[in-house]
Amino acid sequence: MTETALTRPILTEAVKLALIARFTALADDEMILSHRVAEWTGHAPLLEEDIALANIAQDELGHATLWLGLRAALDGSNADALAYHRDAAEFRNVPLTELPKGDWAVTMVRQYLFDAWEVLWLDAARQSSYVPLAEAATQALREEKFHLQHTALWVERLALGTPESTRRTQDALTQLWPYALGLGEPLPTEADAVAAGLLPDVADVQTRWQRLVRGHLEGVGLSFPTLSPLPYNRQQHTEHLVPLLADFQRVAREFPESRVW
Amino acid sequence: MTQIHTAPASVPAPAALLTETPEQLAAFEARIAAGDKIEPGDWMPAEYRRQLIRMISQHAHSEVVGMLPEGEWISYAPSLKRKLILMAKVQDEAGHGQYLYHAAETLGATREDMVDALLSGKAKYSSIFNYPTHSWADVGMIGWLVDGAAIKNQTMLAGCSYGPYSRAMVRICSEETFHHKQGKEMIVLYAQGTPQQREMAQDALNRWWWPSLMMLGPHDADSPNSGVLSRWGVKLKSNDEVRQEYMNEHVPELLEAGLTIPDADMHQDEQGNWKHGAIDWTEFWAVVKGERGLNKERLGARQQAHEGGAWVRDALDAYAARESGAKRA
Repeated sequence: MTETALTRPILTEAVKLALIARFTALADDEMILSHRVAEWTGHAPLLEEDIALANIAQDELGHATLWLGLRAALDGSNADALAYHRDAAEFRNVPLTELPKGDWAVTMVRQYLFDAWEVLWLDAARQSSYVPLAEAATQALREEKFHLQHTALWVERLALGTPESTRRTQDALTQLWPYALGLGEPLPTEADAVAAGLLPDVADVQTRWQRLVRGHLEGVGLSFPTLSPLPYNRQQHTEHLVPLLADFQRVAREFPESRVW
Repeated sequence: MTQIHTAPASVPAPAALLTETPEQLAAFEARIAAGDKIEPGDWMPAEYRRQLIRMISQHAHSEVVGMLPEGEWISYAPSLKRKLILMAKVQDEAGHGQYLYHAAETLGATREDMVDALLSGKAKYSSIFNYPTHSWADVGMIGWLVDGAAIKNQTMLAGCSYGPYSRAMVRICSEETFHHKQGKEMIVLYAQGTPQQREMAQDALNRWWWPSLMMLGPHDADSPNSGVLSRWGVKLKSNDEVRQEYMNEHVPELLEAGLTIPDADMHQDEQGNWKHGAIDWTEFWAVVKGERGLNKERLGARQQAHEGGAWVRDALDAYAARESGAKRA
């Protein structure tokens, strides 16, 4: 993951900041979602799903550290300091990831929508002219494809299962869809980096993602809600992030003198 | 995670069923004496089957319930590395549970019956998981001491006479060794860390030391199930022998880490064995019987997960029926 001759000439200060902003957004999405997914450990509806979800949670957290590593190479930041010593207002995850884990349908629909987005964004990022990003995207994509396979099948089984599971799955989609659209909002700083071929164009990814998830979910009988704009985005979080971070950062902040764990 | 204890009771001798002939029993015992592994399709006394189902399913339940005390700390882990390690560790426990349920299924038990027995309180699980976890250092101490004790017991069981259980233990031990290492590494780091970390590590040792000794079971004279299990090659060492191995490994390491073992009477004998002071078994049995500790909370969490997940399992069944119907049509 070292800077190469290929990347050096194009990293202007503005582009560097755009990359840092995108890596932070990616890391925060993965870190917060991983935390939510891991809340199921020991409480899943099937023992096999305790195992599968713990696996997904580990992969997401592993990806978060991958993105934080790319950020650190640009600004020398420390992954644990960013995870444990930022306040909610400084987190840049989409509010979709911070919503409570809800029931199994909420967890699976959210994970499906997120995995589908990730697979498509990472696929596009493999073409980035910023080599460390292209390499990381290739690595993370392999795992995200497995997640997508798993969650796509779950959503299908729940949507086509019993009347109760159909109702719960539809409710989950109705609740989550407006939040999921936040994944496709471009970061305010990244237009130049996109034009220079360093970052994927989220508008393109958004189009492909909508086609994928609408095709799949409508194919199993679910319908998409009519939207009203949400007051939340990567800068404006829901009321759920503060208590989530109170758990996440509890021990680290309780013992501020102890920086090595 | 480790062996299970029921309150002391008189042990009925393994009575042969009317359908079991002395010749069958003699041939079976000759195989045990020769060190053969008994495999699922082989002839075995009904009592051997019953004892193994009891032991393996309770071992599986211990893994499943054992996810709870540490699992709740995944949310609070103080670094990304520790969070990741703990997720992997608790995932392993779930995997061990699954593996062991399958081992018990080879004897004719069903997952549904075993889970029902756990949820109704009929089956036991290791009472070590009914102790509360008070601080982050407990996660490390559980890895070092509880998993350390479990490994001693499970290494012995890896040599047991029932093939599937023995092979399950080999695999589980290799993962438990990782759990043990991460716990020890964490506690050694904290024992040499900031004053707060040192205090946290010592406090965790104070609370987990005696339960970890007791989880290896009552003294040999008071161990109700040991007779039959030794005779048929399931338990190859006595509780006190395993406990001695555990002491001899862990005491010097804990002392070297700079921690104080909360036992004023502990000493080394002439052979170099570390000997503990008198164990307060009243506390142990109170926790086993659920009079003390978190038995109600642990079972409640499992019951809630099971009941809360019923609609999900129904959906899976309905989907599977629909798919197989579609294939037939």
